[in-house]
Amino acid sequence: MTWLSDRALGHLKSMADLPDFSATRYDIEEEIGRGGMGIVFRGRDRELAREVAVKVTTWPGADVDRLRDEARVLAALEHPGIVAVHDAGRLPDGRAYYVMAIVRGERFDERAARVTLADRLRLFDRVCDTVAFAHARGILHLDLKPANIMVGPYGDVRVLDWGLARLGSDPGRPITHMAGTEGYMAPEQARGIVDERSDVYALGAILRGLVAAESALPSRDRGSGVPATGRPLRPLHSIVMRAMAEDPTNRYADVASLAADVRRFVDGHAVDAYREPALERIARVGRTYRTAIALVFAYLAMRIVLIFWGR
Amino acid sequence: MTAGHPDAFPLTRHSVVRAIASADPEARAQAYDAIIRSYWRPVYAYIRMRWRRDPADAQDLTQEFFTRAFEKEYLARYDASKARFRTFVRTCLEAFLSKDYDAAHRRKRGGGARIESLDFARADADLAAHLRSDAGDPESWFRREWTRALFADAVARLHAECDAAGRPQAFEAFVRYDIDGPDAPVRPTYAALARDLGMSVTDVTNQLAWARRTFRAGVLDAIRAFCATDEEFRAEARDLLGATPEDAR
Ligand SMILES: Nc1ncnc2c1ncn2[C@@H]1O[C@H](COP(=O)(O)OP(=O)(O)OP(=O)(O)O)[C@@H](O)[C@H]1O
Repeated sequence: MTWLSDRALGHLKSMADLPDFSATRYDIEEEIGRGGMGIVFRGRDRELAREVAVKVTTWPGADVDRLRDEARVLAALEHPGIVAVHDAGRLPDGRAYYVMAIVRGERFDERAARVTLADRLRLFDRVCDTVAFAHARGILHLDLKPANIMVGPYGDVRVLDWGLARLGSDPGRPITHMAGTEGYMAPEQARGIVDERSDVYALGAILRGLVAAESALPSRDRGSGVPATGRPLRPLHSIVMRAMAEDPTNRYADVASLAADVRRFVDGHAVDAYREPALERIARVGRTYRTAIALVFAYLAMRIVLIFWGR
Repeated sequence: MTAGHPDAFPLTRHSVVRAIASADPEARAQAYDAIIRSYWRPVYAYIRMRWRRDPADAQDLTQEFFTRAFEKEYLARYDASKARFRTFVRTCLEAFLSKDYDAAHRRKRGGGARIESLDFARADADLAAHLRSDAGDPESWFRREWTRALFADAVARLHAECDAAGRPQAFEAFVRYDIDGPDAPVRPTYAALARDLGMSVTDVTNQLAWARRTFRAGVLDAIRAFCATDEEFRAEARDLLGATPEDAR
């Protein structure tokens, strides 16, 4: 029997592991990453002469249905925040695959760490917009977390990994796979009960990360809840708390309401989730309408000057 | 025992794991042959590495282990719900070794039936370097040697299939490129292979693609043969294939 050297063995192993795409129009180039149900390769569509990403199940029989479900979910969701799927099929060895647009950029949390709170909240708004779109199509994501969101060079957001996604109108279908991620998964999801508010919870957890990053920034009066931007974060904390309420009925009813409340904060308006003390309210209104107030004061000052001048 | 021709096997493969518990003695014997073919090297390496036995002793123990496994049918007690077959074999081996059959006792038995085809000299040469460097734990050695045996088996199988399909050049190209290639100072190019084998480059590409596909199917088949359930097969395939950190060495 042939003796195989360590090197030959290593080569044969990775060769045997490589999916066989020879019967398709795609060339597999290199592995980009591995997830719970598949390997993602960078590949090339010879027909259209473009780069693609190809996701393949790890082993025959393993997760074939789940991968196909994920491809179908993606195909049903045509949105700038969701990666476009081009093709799907089975390989001769039984593995399932699908072909999608290749996403470039960096992970959501990596980008978030480099930009201002305002920019972070803008990115968050795009994520909410994408998830709300899916919800409108009756699809829940159920595994939202920074690692599953990519941000492109222009702040374009892509929500990836719809592997747990399901039709919201499909209440009978039990969650069979190990679902969700600790820290982001809504408590009811662990019990197999999900609706739009489960994604609201995960978005709340993502928002909490964005706000926490802000509190951690060096600031003269750190700990008082006032970040470097000079704005109190308490309203944002309240938004996080409402989004992450233990009981789904105490959360925002849907992603749009969550996003709207965050937008209110960004625009300097009172947020729904936070009952504002009077002084804070005055300060906020002062900041928000700084220009208008300044104009009024300037006008009044001018009038006074004119009154005395006119004497 | 019908062992003795490890390279001669039927082209189709049945579940070895199921066949060892078969009522048909012929099927059982074949299953044992398959097990010996894939496991004697890992077993031998394990005895040498973990139990630090000298070659003569380790060879005796290897022979004895398989002989007893066959006579006493203890591999037939495998319960797929408890462990992988590979782990089960190693556990049996541990149990066997811990009873410490001393050499005198073994020799008194007259050595029992010897399995003639085991090339211990070769195995020792391969082990020597690793025994010196002492790298890796015996457990991963067992797995590694089992993987090696499994792949070697798949190569032999590919050889037979290439011959049966009338494509000897496919095997030739595979050996040159995928087996000898990784160790060659420079891996031959497809053009060089084409020249040496008297084919066009396109032919080389196609033959190689076919051989690799066939080889891959053979490896999966071999893994499946040693697994009792689909679940185990998938886990095993995931574990055994793909680059593991060990390969980086
Ligand atoms: N279209 C794509 N373009 C570029 N990279 C991608 C694309 N899709 C996935 N990836 C990358 O491939 C890797 C694996 O993706 P995948 O979705 O399988 O993993 P995952 O998010 O860890 O999944 P799971 O939660 O199912 O384990 C990730 O690092 C992801 O960033």
